[in-house]
Amino acid sequence: MSSALEVDKVISHLHPEGSFDLADHPVPTGREEVWRFTPLKRLRGLHDEAPFGAGACAVEVSAAQDVVVEQVGADAVERGLSGLVPTDRVSARAWAAADGATVVRIPQDTVVDGATILAHTGTGAELAGASHTVIVAEKFSKSTVVLTFAGTAVLADNIEIVLEDGAELTVVSLQDWADDAVHHSTQHARVGRDASLKHVAVSFGGDLVRHDATADYAGPGGSVEMLGMYFADEGQHIEHRLFVDHTAPHTKSNVVYKGALQGQGAHAVWIGNVLIRKVAEGIETYEENRNLVLTDGCQADSVPNLEIETGEIEGAGHASAIGRFDDNQLFYLRSRGIAEDEARRLVVHGFFNDLIRRIDVPELEEKLAATVESELEKNVLKAFK
Amino acid sequence: MSTLEINDLHVSVETEDGPKEILKGVTLTIKDGETHAIMGPNGSGKSTLAYSIAGHPKYTVTGGTVTLDGDDVLAMSVDERARAGLFLAMQYPVEVPGVSVSNFLRTAKTAIDGEAPKLRTWVKDVNATLEKLDLDSSFGTRSVNEGFSGGEKKRHEIAQLELLDPKVAILDETDSGLDIDALKVVSDGVNRFIEDKNKGVLLITHYTRILRYITPDFVHVFVNGKVAESGGPDLADELEANGYDKYVSAAV
Ligand SMILES: Nc1ncnc2c1ncn2[C@@H]1O[C@H](COP(=O)(O)OP(=O)(O)OP(=O)(O)O)[C@@H](O)[C@H]1O
Ligand SMILES: [Mg+2]
Repeated sequence: MSSALEVDKVISHLHPEGSFDLADHPVPTGREEVWRFTPLKRLRGLHDEAPFGAGACAVEVSAAQDVVVEQVGADAVERGLSGLVPTDRVSARAWAAADGATVVRIPQDTVVDGATILAHTGTGAELAGASHTVIVAEKFSKSTVVLTFAGTAVLADNIEIVLEDGAELTVVSLQDWADDAVHHSTQHARVGRDASLKHVAVSFGGDLVRHDATADYAGPGGSVEMLGMYFADEGQHIEHRLFVDHTAPHTKSNVVYKGALQGQGAHAVWIGNVLIRKVAEGIETYEENRNLVLTDGCQADSVPNLEIETGEIEGAGHASAIGRFDDNQLFYLRSRGIAEDEARRLVVHGFFNDLIRRIDVPELEEKLAATVESELEKNVLKAFK
Repeated sequence: MSTLEINDLHVSVETEDGPKEILKGVTLTIKDGETHAIMGPNGSGKSTLAYSIAGHPKYTVTGGTVTLDGDDVLAMSVDERARAGLFLAMQYPVEVPGVSVSNFLRTAKTAIDGEAPKLRTWVKDVNATLEKLDLDSSFGTRSVNEGFSGGEKKRHEIAQLELLDPKVAILDETDSGLDIDALKVVSDGVNRFIEDKNKGVLLITHYTRILRYITPDFVHVFVNGKVAESGGPDLADELEANGYDKYVSAAV
């Protein structure tokens, strides 16, 4: 029962036609616009024919009070509820291969204390896994759902997020994978009238992590905040592709992604697409990506795209920056007696601080600060000891 | 007892057309309890002198020596110089986003002293110092220098001076951009530092205005990368009356 959005068709490369039919998604060659940054060789065949099997990840659920988490079959009505239609082959393959879905339902009018956590742990299985998750925040509910990913796995998933009218939902996707994991995630949110979504992506681990996070609006007044934080280490490829489709008037979107890169071959990609449709009068959007390059040998690609089809908007803007350590900042701190490694640590913490504050999920705050610290220990500081 | 001794210091910066010499042989000795004012026109190299003593990577020392109580300052890293007892109040303090003033101050104090300050007294000290400099205690939670007004940045520098308690302070145009009330507040802070601790101060300034509040023992005229003339406080009065013209034309 996927409720199709009634919007005019647009001719925009930001909006590829989706399809459930695998035949519509040929195996990518790497020359396609949406694949040009991704090292396909390291996708372990997810984009091709790699077989899927059961048991790639163990999922441990800890549901907050009043939140219902259940397993449903592949034919369940919840699948497709967000309007997600795969726009790439990996997503289409995962859709076809998933033998069911995990549904998280936050009942109407319920204000939930604490977070519901779906902890995925890769089992190191030989076969790739395909999974499907649907989060439904019913009318006027308020809650937080955290998905964590750790261990070793090759995983392709589709995650649907549905906010009914007036719902307030925070969804966190925390990629804390082991160094050899591969994760391709497609996350789509449909935001109801006056509903507000905070979507948080945090990527630290994994050999290759590629995330597509998209959102559209089922009615006016909705708001989406997409926050992201990543740390690409030696040899890691971390790619975040975002698309906010302003399909309704008076909607808002605010995207802030910040990442640090360190070590030979660390590669971070950020694609921030925003489409403002003709109907989307009076909207406001802002997107920002900042990269802090900590060592030589890293590459950051940052591509904001804003396409506007109506002149009647409140505001639209974007910012993108790739910077190195600021020598003057380091000098200032060191001129106060602070040793070089400590000064670097302060600057990097400072870089992420406002973002961590905005993420504002108490269950995560400590973990995030600690992870930044341990990432720093790995490389940045080692070089200066 | 501490003495900062600068001897025949030559410093250059890297430019598109190769290295350019800015300091052309600076010699100056600051003994403890002494306040030296350095006055000079724009571009004469005053900040270069300050940054070079502090060890800014932009400046290359090509000759001469700097010692603090006999120790070779130029051989020390930037943070070692600070831990040895040097402090530079900067003409343009740097913003460090996301790092709170209180975290910054505590980290600096811990680094300088080699141990963390006692929490109770430290918080009290910080608040008292901020208050003396007319900075709201909410400054503790703000990011270092970010969004500070020009005057707030300068007062924040002097708050650091008082809290970190170095042996020798170099103040690079701490007076510029201050209104008269802020100038008094800042001068009071510097005088507290000088008086009750008998410290060395190198006060770099463009105007004589601050010398009405902070009385120097020596005044040096700085022109074209070196000291052109040295004298007592009355030299400042002469500069006030006649400007730098005489020295500038002599230097050309
Ligand atoms: N990167 C550079 N390339 C070329 N010249 C430079 C560079 N950096 C500094 N200089 C020059 O060095 C000289 C000294 O500069 P400095 O900032 O030390 O002067 P100052 O006496 O502090 O001036 P002010 O009173 O304006 O603060 C100036 O002429 C300046 O233009
Ligand atoms: Mg200057």
